[in-house]
Amino acid sequence: MMQLILLTDVLVRATPLLLTGLAVAIAFKAGVLNIGADGQFLVGATVAAAIGILPGTHSAIVMLPLVLLGGMIGGGVWAMIAAFLRMRFQVLEVISTIMLNFIAMYVISYLVRGPLQEPTHIYPQTPTIATAAQLPRIIPGTRLHAGFMIALVLAIGLWWAFRTTAAGFRLRATGANPDAARTTGLVDVARVTMRALVLSGAIAGLAGAVEVSGVTYALYENISPGYGYTAIAVALLAALQPLGVIATGILFGALEAGASALQRDANVPATLAAVIEASIVLLVIAVGQLSRGWRRQTS
Amino acid sequence: MTSAMLTPFLEGTVRTATPLLFAALGETLVERSGVINIGLEGSIIAGALGGLITAQSAGVWPGFAGAIVAGCVIAMIFATFAVLLRGDQIITGTAVTLLALGATGTIYRLWYGDAGAALTTPTMKAFLIPGLARLPIIGTALFGQPAVTYIAYVLIPALWWWTYHTHAGLALRATGENPEAAEAAGFSPRRIQCLAVLFGGALGGLCGGTLVLAQAGTFAEGMSAGRGFIAIAIVVLGRWNPLGAAIAAVIFGAASALQFLFQAMGWHIPYQVFLALPYVLTLLALATAHSKRQAPYALGRRELHFS
Amino acid sequence: MALDRASLRVQKGTIHAVLGENGAGKTTLMRVAFGLIRPDAGSIVIDGRPQRLSSPAAAIAAGIGMVHQHFMLVPAMTVAENVALGGTGRYDANAVADRIREVGQQFRFAIDPRAIVATLSVADQQRVEILKALVKGARLLILDEPTAVLPPQDARALLMTLRAFVDNGGTVVLITHKLRDAIEFADDITVLRHGRTMRSAPAVELDETTLAATMIGTAPVVHTDFSTTSSTIGVEKFVLRDVSVTDDRGVVKLRNVNLTVHAGEIVGVAAVEGNGQHELLRVLANRAQPASGDVTRPDRVGFVPEDRHRDALILDFPIVENVALARAGETRGRMNWAEYRTTAERIVQEYDVRAEGVVTRARTLSGGNQQKLVMGREIETASGGLVVENPTRGLDIHATRAVHERLRQTKDQGTAVVVYSSDLDEVLALADRTVVLYGNALHTVTNDRESVGNAMVGRFA
Repeated sequence: MMQLILLTDVLVRATPLLLTGLAVAIAFKAGVLNIGADGQFLVGATVAAAIGILPGTHSAIVMLPLVLLGGMIGGGVWAMIAAFLRMRFQVLEVISTIMLNFIAMYVISYLVRGPLQEPTHIYPQTPTIATAAQLPRIIPGTRLHAGFMIALVLAIGLWWAFRTTAAGFRLRATGANPDAARTTGLVDVARVTMRALVLSGAIAGLAGAVEVSGVTYALYENISPGYGYTAIAVALLAALQPLGVIATGILFGALEAGASALQRDANVPATLAAVIEASIVLLVIAVGQLSRGWRRQTS
Repeated sequence: MTSAMLTPFLEGTVRTATPLLFAALGETLVERSGVINIGLEGSIIAGALGGLITAQSAGVWPGFAGAIVAGCVIAMIFATFAVLLRGDQIITGTAVTLLALGATGTIYRLWYGDAGAALTTPTMKAFLIPGLARLPIIGTALFGQPAVTYIAYVLIPALWWWTYHTHAGLALRATGENPEAAEAAGFSPRRIQCLAVLFGGALGGLCGGTLVLAQAGTFAEGMSAGRGFIAIAIVVLGRWNPLGAAIAAVIFGAASALQFLFQAMGWHIPYQVFLALPYVLTLLALATAHSKRQAPYALGRRELHFS
Repeated sequence: MALDRASLRVQKGTIHAVLGENGAGKTTLMRVAFGLIRPDAGSIVIDGRPQRLSSPAAAIAAGIGMVHQHFMLVPAMTVAENVALGGTGRYDANAVADRIREVGQQFRFAIDPRAIVATLSVADQQRVEILKALVKGARLLILDEPTAVLPPQDARALLMTLRAFVDNGGTVVLITHKLRDAIEFADDITVLRHGRTMRSAPAVELDETTLAATMIGTAPVVHTDFSTTSSTIGVEKFVLRDVSVTDDRGVVKLRNVNLTVHAGEIVGVAAVEGNGQHELLRVLANRAQPASGDVTRPDRVGFVPEDRHRDALILDFPIVENVALARAGETRGRMNWAEYRTTAERIVQEYDVRAEGVVTRARTLSGGNQQKLVMGREIETASGGLVVENPTRGLDIHATRAVHERLRQTKDQGTAVVVYSSDLDEVLALADRTVVLYGNALHTVTNDRESVGNAMVGRFA
């Protein structure tokens, strides 16, 4: 039973990383650098929590889809701001998405101390969401919730979409060479990239909704310990492949679980995980660049 | 609006603008060489911690030196992966920032133990310039600041002159516009970019050092709070020109300092609005800058040769 | 191997032409001379003294100046700043401006030192490049394909400048692939082929036929004339009525263009760089919209752009995905990979694309095979119209022949073809009739070298 709890703990930690990892992978694959998955996660979590604490009782069949959909819309809208700024004003999405991360953080800070705060007004968080809005546990006795299955299904769905659909092909082509996509394929590159960014935001928002609905059951300030940034490492290590993200997401989940344990037992700060994750990204870059140079020498 | 209301507002403006200005001046030169250093945030937080640790044992002025060195170290990592290895500048910069944030957090906790012991360090006192500091309204704001601020006053015209009136500045600008031309003229674009990035890292470290040693007097994880990204917006707004960066930094400082003005006027607005204001302002600034035309032509380019 | 024991002997005080076709090694040889490339073997001797040219700085110090084919200028900076680039210490704009005026006077051309390079004409920009070398004290000037971007008039002006330089004791090395320029301009000629020195002699001892044979090693390089004499042309495929074309900055490049292209004919477009040819081609190919006017074109127009790596292929994608890329913007629903695979295999077969299967990445193909693939894809997916831009850029003689053959075949099968090449001779050889772009307008001219060449610089009969 102990092993089961450990394993499911890893999977629970992996779920937000899986979803945000997919979000980042889609965007990067289309050539859009969405560094704002964290902010989109937060907004998705906020909308989900807001729906979850609505008065009146409803059944799970109504509440769950609403909560998750709300999260997707929240994240999608937040990303749309960056998409609009890029489309209309050529603002680099790298900077705008990061700015929106900070803004989202402060919006939540205000909401959980104000309009959405729990009734006793002591803690900076929302009240607990309705039971009907909570994702069911998959394995009783553990914390593993249906959100993990949602992540798996989404990953497989995206893999399928990239392989078989024309929209998926257009996205890949645009990310690989937008000039060729435009000139040869007559692809509307601007529209493809903007849609990719919004979709990416929606998935990150879903991640936030899933976290609220499956783990925390409430919204509070530091609900994301930087998932959106870790997601970049998750996506890059998986070479932006959806199925690969399943593997790297679980790997990083294990890493963070381990770091947590180390902090508890050996007083090693958990921030070490961030150092390792960033180093992995740099390693991937180095390996990629060095092998490119080698390939060019030998071709 | 009385001078009693204005003075704290102006003091706050210069206070907030100074660290931003250091970071932006450095990044201006970096981007003029054709590189976007998103890892600047990493240099800032490293400078903050480096400044704290050095000042604890050696005093305030050596603390600033330590901050500069720490900023350079982070910049060196960025230069290695983004300039020498030609990795994607945006992804490399993001990784470097995360690395620095994680590393500073880890080192801080290991060194000083966990949770909450608000560690303090001696800070630089305000140094009033005789005579000038007594000017009405602007006196203390401009000339009653910690000495490190006056370094900024000197840096602005110095960097402007260096960029436009020396051959080295010419070479830097050529590298950012057309690296092949710089190479044909006998320069190594990569070398120039590395040096520029290191310089930017040094000033980023100085920014972090200023936050700790001339303002907060303590360190907190993540205290750079996105200033690296705001600095990049300032560079864009300032049209990649040291003088423009100075003006833009003052505008950002003023926006942050607005909370003093509002408080003095008795307007109550949730404090989160003021915290979020620099970031909103960055978005607005970038949107209105319409700057793509004036950016250094080869900005962000990875391949510097005809292949 | 780019260079195989290539040798070059240049007499002081002469103009020496280094002649060779694309890929013969002439640019590589000159990059070695300018310190941009370090040779694996061999020596460089200047004025009797052996030199190690490890960088452009070393070459400049040895008195060598290079004028590149693609100008090494910074468009956003002034002439003075561009000329001064490479100095040390304080930059004194006035001192540099004086020096520029001084040198300009010596060689009889005048350029405003404070002008921003981006605003100058191509010929003037070339003068700035020459100025850079002269101000740095070059005694040996290397010019890489200097007449490639110049109309005949400016080419002659350039020759005057070079003669003045030589009369003043300088030496000139001219890299070119144009036979006629070598014979007209040079005192001595060296021919390179496949990285080797084939022949070196004074220009008076050589004639066009001999040179041509030495350059390619087989039959003369004269382009086979494919033009149709009998009128087998068919219906109108492209009709442009009163069309205006602007570039991406909104500057008007062409006004009141009227052009008709019929099935079964090749219309050639001749123009000096910057006269709107690239924009016009894209409007014809439906890759850009005209600023005004009516365009009638076939539903699907094939387009072979000049930069195939950037615009025509995704190098990291396999061949089959590159084939599927055509019209990817219009495809709905699922991708029929089985069908794309069949089409790709057919194209590879019919167009003689040497590849190890359709799942290999486009990057692994040679330049010539990549171009054949692009042509095949565009012809197969087009519905009666084909637009082609500098189709043989960077290709060797065999690939060039294959491309020309294919264009002729396509024309014979009833496609309406529009060809642009910056090589005037290629246009003339391929086209049934030629139009010239000059002065914001499209002109119809007689299909001979003299008329077309003159029209390109504004001299109409």
